[in-house]
Amino acid sequence: MNDKPINNKAWFFVLPVLIIVLFSALLPLMTVVNYSVQDTIGQNSFFWNGAAWFRELLDPTTDLGDRFSGALQRNLIFSFIILIIEVPLGIGVSLCMPRSGWKVGPTLVVMALPLLIPWNVVGTIWQTFCRLDIGLFGATLVNLGFPYNYIADAGSAWFTIILVDVWHWTSLVALLCFAGLNAIPNAYYQAARIDGASRASIFFNIELPKLRRVLVIAILLRFMDSFMIYTEPFVVSGGGPGNATTFISVDLVKIALGEFDLGRAAALSLVYNIIILAVCWLFFTVTTHLEQREFRAS
Amino acid sequence: MSRITLDGIAHAYRGSAQRPEDYALKPLHHVWEQGMSYALLGPSGCGKTTLLNIISGLIIPSEGRLLFDDKDVTRLPTEKRNIAQVFQFPVIYDTMTVAENLAFPLKNRHMPKAQVEARVKEIADILDLTPDLNRRARGLTADAKQKISLGRGLVRADVSAVLFDEPLTVIDPGLKWELRSKLKAVHRALDMLMIYVTHDQVEALTFADKVVVMKDGSVLQVGTPLDLFERPEHTFVGYFIGSPGMNLLPTAVTGNRARIGNREIQLETTYPSFTDRTAQLGVRPDHAILAQPGQGLPVQVQRVDDLGRVRLARVMLGDHPLVATVPDDMSVPTGEAGLLFQPGRVHVYVDDRRVEGVAA
Repeated sequence: MNDKPINNKAWFFVLPVLIIVLFSALLPLMTVVNYSVQDTIGQNSFFWNGAAWFRELLDPTTDLGDRFSGALQRNLIFSFIILIIEVPLGIGVSLCMPRSGWKVGPTLVVMALPLLIPWNVVGTIWQTFCRLDIGLFGATLVNLGFPYNYIADAGSAWFTIILVDVWHWTSLVALLCFAGLNAIPNAYYQAARIDGASRASIFFNIELPKLRRVLVIAILLRFMDSFMIYTEPFVVSGGGPGNATTFISVDLVKIALGEFDLGRAAALSLVYNIIILAVCWLFFTVTTHLEQREFRAS
Repeated sequence: MSRITLDGIAHAYRGSAQRPEDYALKPLHHVWEQGMSYALLGPSGCGKTTLLNIISGLIIPSEGRLLFDDKDVTRLPTEKRNIAQVFQFPVIYDTMTVAENLAFPLKNRHMPKAQVEARVKEIADILDLTPDLNRRARGLTADAKQKISLGRGLVRADVSAVLFDEPLTVIDPGLKWELRSKLKAVHRALDMLMIYVTHDQVEALTFADKVVVMKDGSVLQVGTPLDLFERPEHTFVGYFIGSPGMNLLPTAVTGNRARIGNREIQLETTYPSFTDRTAQLGVRPDHAILAQPGQGLPVQVQRVDDLGRVRLARVMLGDHPLVATVPDDMSVPTGEAGLLFQPGRVHVYVDDRRVEGVAA
């Protein structure tokens, strides 16, 4: 039945990639797995600890568990807020962008600028921008009488970090939507004019449905990235005041490098990783499944 | 419902036109009569779609005035004009069912619900969409989607005109014929002005009361299918309509005699002499009949194509290739043969325009 020639030489071409992935991802990940099930008393001597770190991590009555559940909640709230802001804002911005003519190039460059700035530079820019004494933004707010203080006030700190993230990443959503909007054939707009559709009707019946796939990708990317947020809170607020802006990644670095608690840090990393994978998988599966079901139903 | 008048309408895509070549559509006067069906026929890039989009308002012409009855609508935006247009590729609203798609143009114009439903039902019946009315439009085939687009074009009863821009391109051939007959039936039933853009002559000739033949931004001839066939006003019309197209021969005409190479033939009518301009004789293959050697003009038969209903001979008259009909009672000719033109079916063209002769 199968008379195709079998030739396994192709594996040699895949091999270099496998080796690189082995060293760049699999081996480091395995050392983390290794740490997560062991304890150490220093001098490079490790002993087996089973699932104890994981039990501690997932039990909110312990100190570690308490820190973890607090940070996880903050992470989820943060991701939720920035998605609520960035997705509609990004769509809005993309609708305002010019679709043709000489303005397209400059607009795209300006839109892409925030995306090209490294995280810690973004953090530093905003840290300075928001300072109460010399920062344009911070000093202005204070002089206008707002109770703004991102170092001492948790609300101000959250406001600042969300603002930083919106400034840094709304462009990504906007650029993805811009590409999606540009892919809509002109005939759709012409037909809508002939049919006498209002602007809102064009948006909800033509543009939004055509942006669906792009938005799935934008939401996935923004969720993953915002859930892993580290540099901005670290540079801007240092996780404070108190632990108001201590996200999982910030706490993880504290445990791993500050307290040098390898076992707990390893367990936390793995759980962190699994949460991100699980949420993304769930989101992607549900959206593609919904789409298929709708397709079959019609 | 109204009459649409083009008063010197012209369009150049890049601002104002300096030279004739700058025009996508050259200045044009024409009146589209209410209740008629027109086909705009011509090769790609001849300005058909531009003309259509000017009528619907998707393009504002750079020159001239557009009148619906006596109202100047030249600068009126599309949504304010009472016009429907169907595009080459299906446009459907993904989020809606088939019925909602059909109702959309009516809803946007705030028609009462009961009336909308009745109208949607009527159009769905005509286009065989009734069983699909409650399905989501996005999962349907290209054929069905284009039927929805056609339906949205036809659903408004009060439009001044329905414009079709090559609407059957994506439809498969079997269904094409059926849909075209449906459109014709709709036209008869609803008494609308319909303008139908196509580059397919069969489509144009079977659909329309009048065909408008265009080339390079100008209208060459407006006429019934029979006019275009029997009296093409321009050599391009002769060549473009009919398959194969009209034979054209360089000639010199004096009075009622036309000289072809070193032979002369007698014409039915008399012409003034046009010595300084290029004159051509035009004869349709249907009216150029092959005969026994010695009769008429001497030709060399190259090949005979049997099309079933008719046999066409490719012949050479001197250096000029011609197509002629082989009479039913003639055996397949080879080599030398004669060629006879049916009297009264030979047209004289000067600078590509037909010249009417004077009866002798």
